[in-house]
Amino acid sequence: MSRPIAAKKRKTVEYTRWGYFFIAPFFIIYTVFALIPLISTFYNSFFETYRIGLSQVGPNFVGIQNFISVFTESKIYIYAWNTVLLWVLNFIPQIAVSLLLAVLFTSSSMNIKGQQFFKTVIYMPNLIMASAFSMLFFALFSDGGPVNSMIVNAGLVSEPIRFGSSVGWTRALICIMNFMMWFGNTTILLMAGIMGIDNSLFEAARIDGAGTGKVFFRITMPLLKPIFVFVFITSLIGGLQMFDVPQILTNGSGNPDRTSMTLIMFLNKHLASRNYGMAGAVSVLIFFVTGALSLVAYRVTMRGYRDSGATN
Amino acid sequence: MRKILVALLALTVATGAVGLFAAPKFSDGGKVLTIYVWNDEFQTRFKDYFEKAGLVPKDVTVNWVVTPNQDNAYQNKLDEALLNQDKASPNDKIDIFLVEADYALKYVNTDASLDVMKDVGLTKADLSQQFQYTKDIMTDKNGVLKGVSWQGCPAGFIYRRSIAKEVLGTDDPAKVQAQIDSWEKFDAVAAKLKAKGYFAVSGYDDDFRVFTDNATVPWVDKNGKIQIDQNINKWIDQTKEYTDKGYNNKASLWSAESSAGAGPNGKVFGYFGPGWFIDFCLAGWSKADPKGPDALGNGTYGDWAFAKGPQGFSWGGTWLVAAAGTDNISLVKSIFKKMTVDQSTLTAIAKDKGDFTNNIAVINNLANDKKFGNKFLGGQNYYGLLVDSAKKISRKNITGYDQGCTEALMAAFKDYFDGKVTKDQAWGNFYTAILEKYPNLKK
Repeated sequence: MSRPIAAKKRKTVEYTRWGYFFIAPFFIIYTVFALIPLISTFYNSFFETYRIGLSQVGPNFVGIQNFISVFTESKIYIYAWNTVLLWVLNFIPQIAVSLLLAVLFTSSSMNIKGQQFFKTVIYMPNLIMASAFSMLFFALFSDGGPVNSMIVNAGLVSEPIRFGSSVGWTRALICIMNFMMWFGNTTILLMAGIMGIDNSLFEAARIDGAGTGKVFFRITMPLLKPIFVFVFITSLIGGLQMFDVPQILTNGSGNPDRTSMTLIMFLNKHLASRNYGMAGAVSVLIFFVTGALSLVAYRVTMRGYRDSGATN
Repeated sequence: MRKILVALLALTVATGAVGLFAAPKFSDGGKVLTIYVWNDEFQTRFKDYFEKAGLVPKDVTVNWVVTPNQDNAYQNKLDEALLNQDKASPNDKIDIFLVEADYALKYVNTDASLDVMKDVGLTKADLSQQFQYTKDIMTDKNGVLKGVSWQGCPAGFIYRRSIAKEVLGTDDPAKVQAQIDSWEKFDAVAAKLKAKGYFAVSGYDDDFRVFTDNATVPWVDKNGKIQIDQNINKWIDQTKEYTDKGYNNKASLWSAESSAGAGPNGKVFGYFGPGWFIDFCLAGWSKADPKGPDALGNGTYGDWAFAKGPQGFSWGGTWLVAAAGTDNISLVKSIFKKMTVDQSTLTAIAKDKGDFTNNIAVINNLANDKKFGNKFLGGQNYYGLLVDSAKKISRKNITGYDQGCTEALMAAFKDYFDGKVTKDQAWGNFYTAILEKYPNLKK
């Protein structure tokens, strides 16, 4: 009598073990490449360690001295502001355009032709290496470059616009580049989200006589929340870690006057002297800020979603 | 048991001691000669004068590791490689690396570079004809020479003949020099150029070296405190004045705008620079057809001349350093001898490439050679103008922090010249950048 039960028990355990095997690779790679470096960064931030020429200074234990330096001597507030500003100015147009395109492409009443072509084209900028893209813009918008030649010849301006020396233009170019690189990705994610909404809801709304606007705000947006939150948080994390585009465009200086220097560019400056102490301190701060913001974003956006009982 | 432990202990100590002596300073017979560079200046000269002469042994391959200077990438790569030199496989070991004056001290005062006389094998006689400053700059605190160069870098003002004729009425170097031999006269000429639609200099950083090379105070003193020489303030004020009056084209050093100023449509009157600037930079920038002949008519090629300018100065220079741990010591020695000592090679480099080569006898011969003229300079023989200044160049104020300070200053003050920040803000940005690069320095 007990035998069949024992056999069943063994079978269940076997399946569980296989589950662990399948998720093990991810956890091993995560531990080695993400968790251990994270812990060692935390550890390094309590030491003074850098390199001058070929000689190494430290590691000397200095406690929270590095963190104090970061808050009092460096202009980290300015860099944080730059980073947030550059992200917001890029994200708002991006989400607006992506939502619009996503709705247009998935709208059964509009049925746009050549969707496959458009989807491929808008996704393509994402495939370009950010550094190559920035180099291209750097050359295009330089003082004697093609864009200036065109607008001077067209008579739009009397002398070349010095894009690289203007705070507004440098930031605008960075935002434009990020927008072009990511709006395709965002559109496709949002499209997937919209297509996951039950079609019967849309039909019911149309039968009830709801216009496009009402459908969008009352049905699409609320049910799109999980995907929207995903896009928002990943964009936020990516935005806070923005590095390659401003680095290449401003040649690492964040000029003019460091107005386009982001947090990671500032971190990179410390790595020039292998200053793992200060770099570690900045990294830890960015980690906590990103974590906090992500948590806030998640809580705020998902609050309504959870309460409505749409998920269990 | 005790005997075994003692034996093991002795063995460990012995291995440790052997380990201390295990890495030899240099050896010979390697199959790969690895040379670290940041551009192809030395590479072309090596190919034309060493390889073509068949001096590379048949079983040795030359491996050029080229890393551009941008964002300090070259030194980063070089430093990592030098720190790993002991563990590297013989074919990967660096044999020769090149350094510039701005950061030479960083390598001269370490064990990573070999003694040119004792280790590489050059003699006092070999080095006797080299300009003194090229040896001083690479001599460490114990008086040991660590590197040699094939070029001297006394510098002057290289100007466009046609623009000089149009604005000053003459293109003769002596007469032009009479009109620009002081800063006040240079300012007056700049105003005349502006009136006719030309720029005196191409941008912000072009005469930077004229001022800094004549500084009396090093960038960093013995206690690690950053010092700003008077001349730097003079440069800042002059450049701001020139920018506001429109005497320059607002270009930054090495930018596309700067090089375009020398090109077929360029409106820049002249550039400050030494011999390597003429051949390695201006010649290329001036040509309308890059593949076309090096002759008058190809863009602005040949339409230039050389004058000493308002102040004598020197700029840069490239030195060859033998890396400790090299496995090709005799090949390194023959390269050093051929490229920096051998008079016929140095004469050829001067004649073909326009370099001011590092040999007093060669330069004197060329200066007196009435038949020799530099094609880019419209046939002018400019060596005679510079022999004396080359002998007088002193680099006693260099520090290991020069390169970082120079770059940080130019970057910080570009914003000031553009009118984006005040002078105080620019200084603040400069100190921020320096302390990030060199955390051990003080304001």
